[in-house]
Amino acid sequence: MSELLKVIDLKKYFPVRGGLFRRVVANVKAVDGVSFILQKGRTLGLVGESGCGKSTLGRAVLRLHEPTSGQIYLDGEELMSLSRDQLTARRRKMQIIFQDPYASLSPRRTVAQSIQEPLDVHNIGTPRERQKQVEELLDVVGLRKQVLSRYPHEFSGGQRQRIGIARALALNPEFIVADEPVSALDVSVQSQVLNLIARLQREHNISFLFISHDLAVIQHVSDDVGVMYLGQMVEFTSARALYRNPRHPYTRALMSAIPIPDPKKKSRRIILGGDVPSPMHPPSGCPFHTRCPEVMPVCKKVIPPRINVGTDTAPHLINCHLFTEEPVGDRGAASPSDH
Amino acid sequence: MSETKGAPLLSVKNLVVEFNTRHGPVRAVDNISFDVYPNETVGIVGESGCGKTVTGLTLLRLIPMPPGRIVQGSITFQGRDLTRLSEKQMQAMRGADISMIFQEPMTALNPVFTVGNQMIDILRRHKDLSRSQARAVAIDMLDKVGIPAPKKRIDEYPHQLSGGMRQRVMIAMALSCDPKLLVADEPTTALDVTTQAQVMEQIVKLQEEFHMSVILVTHDLGVVAESCDRAIVMYCGNIIETAPIGELFERPHHPYTKGLLESIPRIREEKLAQLPIIPGMVPDLLHLPDGCRFADRCARATERCNREKPLLEAAPGNGVRGVACYHPID
Repeated sequence: MSELLKVIDLKKYFPVRGGLFRRVVANVKAVDGVSFILQKGRTLGLVGESGCGKSTLGRAVLRLHEPTSGQIYLDGEELMSLSRDQLTARRRKMQIIFQDPYASLSPRRTVAQSIQEPLDVHNIGTPRERQKQVEELLDVVGLRKQVLSRYPHEFSGGQRQRIGIARALALNPEFIVADEPVSALDVSVQSQVLNLIARLQREHNISFLFISHDLAVIQHVSDDVGVMYLGQMVEFTSARALYRNPRHPYTRALMSAIPIPDPKKKSRRIILGGDVPSPMHPPSGCPFHTRCPEVMPVCKKVIPPRINVGTDTAPHLINCHLFTEEPVGDRGAASPSDH
Repeated sequence: MSETKGAPLLSVKNLVVEFNTRHGPVRAVDNISFDVYPNETVGIVGESGCGKTVTGLTLLRLIPMPPGRIVQGSITFQGRDLTRLSEKQMQAMRGADISMIFQEPMTALNPVFTVGNQMIDILRRHKDLSRSQARAVAIDMLDKVGIPAPKKRIDEYPHQLSGGMRQRVMIAMALSCDPKLLVADEPTTALDVTTQAQVMEQIVKLQEEFHMSVILVTHDLGVVAESCDRAIVMYCGNIIETAPIGELFERPHHPYTKGLLESIPRIREEKLAQLPIIPGMVPDLLHLPDGCRFADRCARATERCNREKPLLEAAPGNGVRGVACYHPID
């Protein structure tokens, strides 16, 4: 297995301006030092609550948001040093699917135009070949050819998301960021789209960075999972390990908070007090210490290092003082699925 | 848990609500009947467009008229038919006897008044209280819904509060006049799961403390499973199944309910290769089939289902349950 995407200590700060001269008065630390590896043909799930930085991270990886610092390697090539033109060329390999397909499809373009646009931008094939490819793409995502001349408003949410997926597939990408692709959909349609994404991944060997707030959706699609809180990845391991044995107190609280659709099973809930702190003024030490049920004095002062509580072959990385014995040393990238 | 005995607090009979659209009238709610008894929590569940929100809004006569209108039916609450009250009588009822909380508290709260001002207004409108008395009640209510430092928070504006806090303020407002019925429309959908857990816990606690009935309108069957006594499942403007919570989840009779339950993403011991799905999609409310509205997505459908529409009837061998299906699952 080889790595497709390697992200090291990525940061994205949004400046907050104020005062008479619109000076930068503070920074919103949306993504604050995140490292991970995504293997070829696999899916990394990013999960966390609103404002945790998961969407910003997804966009920063594609340089749709210009990262403040850090390194991003795609297929071994460093993306941060590329010029705009070079980046545009690389974008053929990486695509994004958005949460709201209605907002991401132009209302004035037909389905055919929307799906064909990436082919036009990158100048691929003759007009006739492009048209043929658009028809094939529609077939792949389960839409009929007759819809080609229709406009986005004529479709249901699930169908629009299929169009968004077809567009993302047009350039035959190696890597797709899927940002909450099913969150706007009803459950009965949600599972149709999730099954479609799973099938495409198998058939086209695409790697996904799959962003969702829904732990159940993340479990279904992911090989590895990163749990985010306040701009940091607090736990990172294989999906299997995470769901069998969540270690970070935040992950445990998050898992216990999900309502269980079975009246006989009353979940033993860890109710967290208070709210997520503002990313403009993150707490000192561990970002979770203000709400953590197991907080210790050290958590308020020292940022917990990333440590491996799993094995070398099946790492389970967490940033938490509860497990600090022998810190791994650096906060470099390591992959939980390297086995 | 409540007992469904005695007279119902709320009784909806044959309610039909239509909206005029450019393409003709759309029946958002099509001939539904249900009762809500004192002290019980009833969930109205279904997917977008099934009519659950319109049902909730109609109970308080909050649908915009026009384009909406109540075509027929009655809503009997404490012996009075709400569809026949004047707007003035309805205003006296809202907030005092029936309250509602909404999905997005930021749009339901007035951004230019402090939390306290809005709460005091409601209290003084319905109760004979001085400003300072009303303020004391408001502070007490904020404390009850778990807002820390209520004496300080009461003078803040909605934008100064987090999403979870705003929803708590909404709940405090809705309950401040001690209503008999609370209609909660997707109260936690806009919130994160950890905040949702806090808010739902609060609603369940207050329901017991205030001896009120709650109608919880939601798409989230997980929330229903954890907080309701009974559920009403809607599809395309119809009630297709109603049952006590335990039975609904254990033995759903309607194929749609079963499909819905199966397709909820849930954390499993081992992940599935394929998620169970309901094929196809919800029909367009402008072009509804004559027969069962679920027929073209249903594996059990027969020729009769396409021809005749099944009505909600008591399920075989169980008077508390109802199902609108010719081929219910046992």
